Amino acid sequence: MTSHSARADSAGIAGSARALAERRPLGDRVFQALALVAGLLVLAILVLILVSTTQQSTTWFGKEGITGIFSTTWDPAHNKFGALTFIYGTAITAVIAVILAVPVSVAIALLLTEVVPYRWARPIVYVIDLLAVVPSVVWGLWGVQVFAPWVLPHVYAPVARALKGVPVLGNLFGPSTSGAPSGPAFFTAGLILAFMITPIVTSLSREVIATVPTIDKEGAYALGATRLEMIRGVVWPHSQGGIVGAVLLGLGRAMGETIAAALVIGSSTQITSHLLSPGYSMPAVIANQFGEAFGEFRSALLGIGVLLFLLTIIVNVLARAVVARNVQRTRGA
Amino acid sequence: MDQQPHQEVTTEDVPTKHELSELTHHAETEQVGSTVFDTRNISIYYGSFRAVTDVSLSIYENQITAFIGPSGCGKTTVLRTLNRMNDLIPTARVEGDVQYRGESLYAPHVSPVAVRRRIGMVFQKPNPFPKSIYENVAYGPRINGERKKARLDEIVERSLRQAALWDEVKNRLKSSGLSLSGGQAQRLCIARTLAVEPDVVLMDEPCSALDPIATGAIEDLMQEIKSRYTIVIVTHNMQQAARVSDRTAFYSVLRNEQSDVRTGVLVEYDLTERMFQNPRDPRTQAYVTGRMG
Amino acid sequence: MAVAPEHRKVDLREPPSWRSAKSRIATVLMVVAFVLVIVPLGFVLYTVISKGASIISGQFLTAPIPFNVAPANVGGMGPAVLGTILITALATVLAVPIGILAAIYINEYGGNRLLTRFIRFMADVMTGVPSIIMGLFIFAIWVIHFGYSGLAGAFALGCLMLPLIIRSSEEMLKLVPDALREASYALGASKARVTLTVVLPAALGGIVSGVLLAVARAAGETAPVLFTIFTVTAVNLNVFSGPNTTLAAQIFANASQPYVGAQARGWGAALTLVAIAFILMIAARLVTGRATQSPR
Repeated sequence: MTSHSARADSAGIAGSARALAERRPLGDRVFQALALVAGLLVLAILVLILVSTTQQSTTWFGKEGITGIFSTTWDPAHNKFGALTFIYGTAITAVIAVILAVPVSVAIALLLTEVVPYRWARPIVYVIDLLAVVPSVVWGLWGVQVFAPWVLPHVYAPVARALKGVPVLGNLFGPSTSGAPSGPAFFTAGLILAFMITPIVTSLSREVIATVPTIDKEGAYALGATRLEMIRGVVWPHSQGGIVGAVLLGLGRAMGETIAAALVIGSSTQITSHLLSPGYSMPAVIANQFGEAFGEFRSALLGIGVLLFLLTIIVNVLARAVVARNVQRTRGA
Repeated sequence: MDQQPHQEVTTEDVPTKHELSELTHHAETEQVGSTVFDTRNISIYYGSFRAVTDVSLSIYENQITAFIGPSGCGKTTVLRTLNRMNDLIPTARVEGDVQYRGESLYAPHVSPVAVRRRIGMVFQKPNPFPKSIYENVAYGPRINGERKKARLDEIVERSLRQAALWDEVKNRLKSSGLSLSGGQAQRLCIARTLAVEPDVVLMDEPCSALDPIATGAIEDLMQEIKSRYTIVIVTHNMQQAARVSDRTAFYSVLRNEQSDVRTGVLVEYDLTERMFQNPRDPRTQAYVTGRMG
Repeated sequence: MAVAPEHRKVDLREPPSWRSAKSRIATVLMVVAFVLVIVPLGFVLYTVISKGASIISGQFLTAPIPFNVAPANVGGMGPAVLGTILITALATVLAVPIGILAAIYINEYGGNRLLTRFIRFMADVMTGVPSIIMGLFIFAIWVIHFGYSGLAGAFALGCLMLPLIIRSSEEMLKLVPDALREASYALGASKARVTLTVVLPAALGGIVSGVLLAVARAAGETAPVLFTIFTVTAVNLNVFSGPNTTLAAQIFANASQPYVGAQARGWGAALTLVAIAFILMIAARLVTGRATQSPR
């Protein structure tokens, strides 16, 4: 075998190998391109959302300016559209929802991961899923027609009477100067939002807690720790970052929840620290008033939508980033 | 101590107690110190699977007892039974009696939390908590109610000294326990275990994740503390067992020919020197000379 | 067998009481938390069932929507039922192929590139975009030019479903063991063929389950349709043009009505909607169950 023919052989083989490499079927490349387009569509939609809604609200932005947007004067009859009331309402109800939902959700997550034997975990998870599958509008319907009318005489009124004159709590829950307690109110909306965000906060907390290495838990038990001591000493330090992420996620969901809030928040444009008073939130005002809004009014509502979009994007990005960092840190350890 | 007839490994069914007591060779020499653990015919089940069958042995005070044997022979299972760590597995159950200094460990009134304070455990993979070095060692005393900083400082220093780690970390007690090397982390875990002043220290293959130098450090440590504690160590490394232990228990897997059901059994338990130089059971002989396992 | 004098006492094994009590209280609190969640859920379901059951009937599900003042036994929610089915189905048809393709890109083609991680991250973020924004989006980009229609509603619901389908499908694709892919490659299959003929079928159960859950979510959404279909009460079979209605939109409209009849119809619609969502959820579970049981 001379070297010449050997080289010719290898060239022949290399040639056919190259032919194999180039022969990638057209269908394959088309498929990959389609998949890429689908993936990019996600980004495109997000960008388009921002662009199109902003475009429709330039009238509002332009006319009111920065100070006007964040003023508290909301008077459609006189073309005054300040959004601060709604931003306040969104923030307050979301905070109430988170304060009520997070301890409960984390407790349930701990129940599922540390306490309950595996067989009993499934039915509990089913119940939580059931909570998630009830549509927002049904919560709202129940809230406005059953819960709000009931809670006023049975809970709000007695509480308000009892807290009359009490320094801090009286401001929040007592009888107020801006009107007696109302069934549809900030707190009612916050409470219903709390029910609605519990499933997602529970689910994410469970995921986070499940990443705590079993060997660390065994280490604590081996030192003679009780279950509570183990949770405080091992589970909590490992998962606190992730739980913060879950809290933020719940906050984002509560801020954007429209229909339930729209029905039970009371639809009253006022800023007050009295939580048992009616109020308004960003998604609620958009939902309730869009039908009759034209011209600058409509532009203002869309602008509020833009604000809401930006707000929830920021909160969600923060939430996901925090969770990702926590998971990464635990896995690396 | 009669010469036992050559026993075949295979059996028709799970051996009876009588057969097992003939198969298990116990050293009948004088005890040194009191009996810390006494297991009497214990069998350990995971659900319906019988992981370990009819183990009877006694662990003596201030000695290092090694459990050796091939994979799956149940040595870790038996170890974890001694401090009720198997309770953490829902389907695990123990039949037979485990006595700790005359008290039955599995009696209904016994609290696992109290048991584990007295019988500590070091794990195969070092598992320092995500806390500072100081807080790692202080965790045990803290949950047992120690609040005074001066006392805690004292306990931390004493435990870290006992674990031969004090000099290396005394200037960085606040740094994270996770920042230590493998050998240091394992010594931290030992210090953490010693901080609650247990009676017994159980060790589940403590050196298997460590390099030889770190292993040597831990073995030296074991010799130093054994005058104050009773140590039981599970190890895959026969040379380690020969180096550090006073007594060795050799476990093996018994396989039922027909049903292919395997279970762990205690084959021989004797003074280490005697077991390695002159084992009585042919299976022990096969294992320690490297022909099996 | 002389027993050496014990220098350690044999302690009694009394449990450290205060510590155990605290741990037990914590456990009780966790159970209380769960109860706190069950109770309102139970109330809502009970109310929906009791108020809705009295009005539900075959006639209710098919009869036209009367004026709000009409008493409860008149008319029904037929157009809304139809609208929900048609619009949600259209949204599913739009969102599922794109969603699965995007998940395929992320998991099979994307690798660990920055772009891929960014897309995955943004899909996650998109699941948190409020549904009302999707409605406003389609309003701004479509309704203004082409008017209200069921199609617009489907676009909005599709945008809502898309990130959900992407995330759940991606999780399912990730679960398919690499060994299956490698076996297929080794036989000379191209990547597209491997994905379509081996990976996708293996993940299909989980993907379908995720799709069903997304459909359940979309069927119950109100805000995206409010701005895109212009809730009317007339039946509209043409999904592509003209305003329409869905159960969710009708419930919203009826919820604040003072008329007893309208309220009752609202509850009937609520029961229908909850039943649909419930059935879809159960179907999703069954599909996952079957998928994990079928021999591979």
